[in-house]
Amino acid sequence: MKRMWIIVALFLVAPGLLFTVSCAKKKVVSEPGISEADKAAAEKAREEELARQRALEEQRLKEEEAMRKKLAEERARFENEDIYFEFDSATLLPMAQEILKKKAQYLKANPKLSVVIEGHCDERGTNEYNLALGDRRAKSAMQFLIDLGIPASRMTAISYGEERPVDPGHNEEAWAKNRRAHFVIE
Amino acid sequence: MKRMAQKWMAVWMMLVTGWGLVGFAGEARALEYIDINNPFLKKMPIAVPVFKVQSGEEAHLKIAQEGADQLARTLDFTGFFKILDRDAFLEDPQRMGIVTPRIRFNNWTAVGAELLVTGGLDISGEALSVELRLYDTFKGRLLVGKRYRGAKADLKEIIRRFCDEIIYSLTGKHGIFTSRIAFVSSGTGNKEIYVCDFDGGNIRQLTRTKAITLSPAWSTDGLWMAYTSYVNGKPDLFIWNLKDKRKFKVAHKGLNITPAWRPFKAELAATFSWTGDQEIYLLTATGKTIKRLTRSRGIDVSPSWSPDGKKIAFVSKRSGTPQVYIMDVDSRQVRRLTYYGRHNTQPAWSPTGDRIAYTSLEKGVTNIFVVDVEGKAPVQLTHRSGDNESPTWSPDGNLIAFSSTREGPSRIYVMTALGTDQRRLLTLSGDQTNPAWSPRNKGE
Repeated sequence: MKRMWIIVALFLVAPGLLFTVSCAKKKVVSEPGISEADKAAAEKAREEELARQRALEEQRLKEEEAMRKKLAEERARFENEDIYFEFDSATLLPMAQEILKKKAQYLKANPKLSVVIEGHCDERGTNEYNLALGDRRAKSAMQFLIDLGIPASRMTAISYGEERPVDPGHNEEAWAKNRRAHFVIE
Repeated sequence: MKRMAQKWMAVWMMLVTGWGLVGFAGEARALEYIDINNPFLKKMPIAVPVFKVQSGEEAHLKIAQEGADQLARTLDFTGFFKILDRDAFLEDPQRMGIVTPRIRFNNWTAVGAELLVTGGLDISGEALSVELRLYDTFKGRLLVGKRYRGAKADLKEIIRRFCDEIIYSLTGKHGIFTSRIAFVSSGTGNKEIYVCDFDGGNIRQLTRTKAITLSPAWSTDGLWMAYTSYVNGKPDLFIWNLKDKRKFKVAHKGLNITPAWRPFKAELAATFSWTGDQEIYLLTATGKTIKRLTRSRGIDVSPSWSPDGKKIAFVSKRSGTPQVYIMDVDSRQVRRLTYYGRHNTQPAWSPTGDRIAYTSLEKGVTNIFVVDVEGKAPVQLTHRSGDNESPTWSPDGNLIAFSSTREGPSRIYVMTALGTDQRRLLTLSGDQTNPAWSPRNKGE
C-alpha cells in the first residue's frame, strides 16, 4: 500500500519538476532581453499582423462580393436574355439556339435552380390561338434544354399568349420584341 | 343571387296574370313581315307613339314616354326596323285611338308606318297595368296584343317581354331581349369577366381574380360559366355555377383554355397541352376528361359546337397555317372549312346551324368573316376599321357581337349577321375583349 502511494506521488511530481525546469529556462532567456524598443517592435509586429489579417479579410469579402455580383450578373443575364421568334412560329432561330446553349451551361453550373419558361406572342392573331402558340414557343425552348441534358423536372412552361407584351406598340419593332420566350428562376 | 331569383319569380307571377287581348283570329303569318333568311334587306318602318295615360297626370306621362322610348330602342337594336320620327306623326298620342275600331290607320300609313305599336298605361299608386298592341297599318289588323299587371318597377321587364312577342309574331322566332353578353375588361388593371344585358345596359363585374382572366363561355341553360384564369399563376380552367356559386377547377400542366359548352348536354370541350401538344378534349361539366377529340401534331384549339351538339368547328395548324376545321365528334371525322386566307381562327357556329363566323388575319389586320358550313362563299363583314375579333352570335342568329379597335382601345360592338348596323355596345375604361353572347333566358 505504501509503495503504491510512492508510485502515485512520483507520477504527479515528476512532470511538475519538468515544467519547473523549462520555466526556469524561459526566464533565463527572456527576462534580461526586455527593453522599450523590443516592446515597440513587438507591438508593431502585432499591428502589422492585424493589418495583414484585415487586408486578407477585406480581400476575401471583396472576392466574395465579386463572386456574388458575378453570380447575380449571370443570373440576371440568364433571366434578361430572351429568345425571339418569327411571326406565327415556334421554331428556334440560330441566335435563339446560341442563347439557349448558354442557358443550359448556367443551369448545369447551378443544379439546384428551377426555371419557368414563359412563351409570349405579339398582338396579331387572336388571343386564344396565341395562348396555344405561346405554349409551343415555351415548349420548343424547353425541349432544346432537355436535349442539352437539363432534366425536364427543373423546368415549367407557361404560356402568356399576347397578354404580357414588353412593348405595347402596334408596329413591327414592338411585335418583334414581344414574340419571345422569357426565363425566370423560381 | 337568391334575392334576385325571388324577384324574378315575383315578376313572373304578375306577368302570368296578364292575358292575351282580343281574339287572335287575324294573326298574320310570320314570313309576310320579316324574311328570316334575309331580315335586313328592307327595314320595317314602325311607329311607336308615346303610350296613352289613363290618368293624364304629368308624372305618369313621363313614365309613358320612357316606356315608349325603351320599346323603340329595344326594337331598333334588332336591326329589323326603321323607327319613325314622332315629330312627323299626325295623331296626338294622348287622344288617338289605341284599339282597333278607333285607330285611324290612314293617318299612320300616311307617315310611312307599316307597323304601329300602341300602349295604354294605367297607374294607381305603385301598381301598374299596361296594354300593348302591335298592328299592321295597311291591313288594319292586330298582330299581337297583351295586357300586363305589375309594380311600376316592372315596366322595363314588361316592355322587354312585349318586344319578344313582337319579334315572335313577325319572325316566328323568339327575340334576344332576355339574353346577356359576358366579356373581358381590363378596367381594374387586370382582365376580369363582366356581364351586361343584350343592349349593353346593366353592367356587372363577375370575377375578381386580380389576375388575367379570359374566354367566358355560357352553358346552354345560361346557369354555368367556364373561363380561363391565371389566378394560380398559370392558365387554369374554371367551371362556375352562377346560381349556387359551386366552382370546379381544371389545372393540368400547361394550357387549360378555350372552353365551349356542348348544347343539350352537361359537357364541354376545351384545350389542354399536358401531353406536350395542344389538343381538344371532351369534359364532364365538373371538368373530368371523357375523351381526347383531336389527334394531330401541332396546335388544335378554340372549339365551337354546332347547335345540334354533334360537331365542333375548331382551329388547327395541321396544314401549316391556322385554319378552321369541322369534326364529327362521334366518328372523329375531320374536314377543312376555310381555304381562303392564311390565318383563320376563332370559329363561332351560328345558332341557326348553317353558318360559321371566324376571324381572318390578312396584311396585319384582323377581320370577321362568315362562311356557310360547306365552306363556300366566305363573306367579309368588317372592313378598314381596326382589328375585329371574337365574333359571338345572338341566340336568334341575327346579330353578331365582336371586339374592335376601330376607335383606338378595344371595345365591344354589335352588327347584324350581314355586317350592317355596326355600333358600339358600351363604353368602359380599359380594353374590352372576348364577348360571349348568352343563350336566351327562358325565364329562370
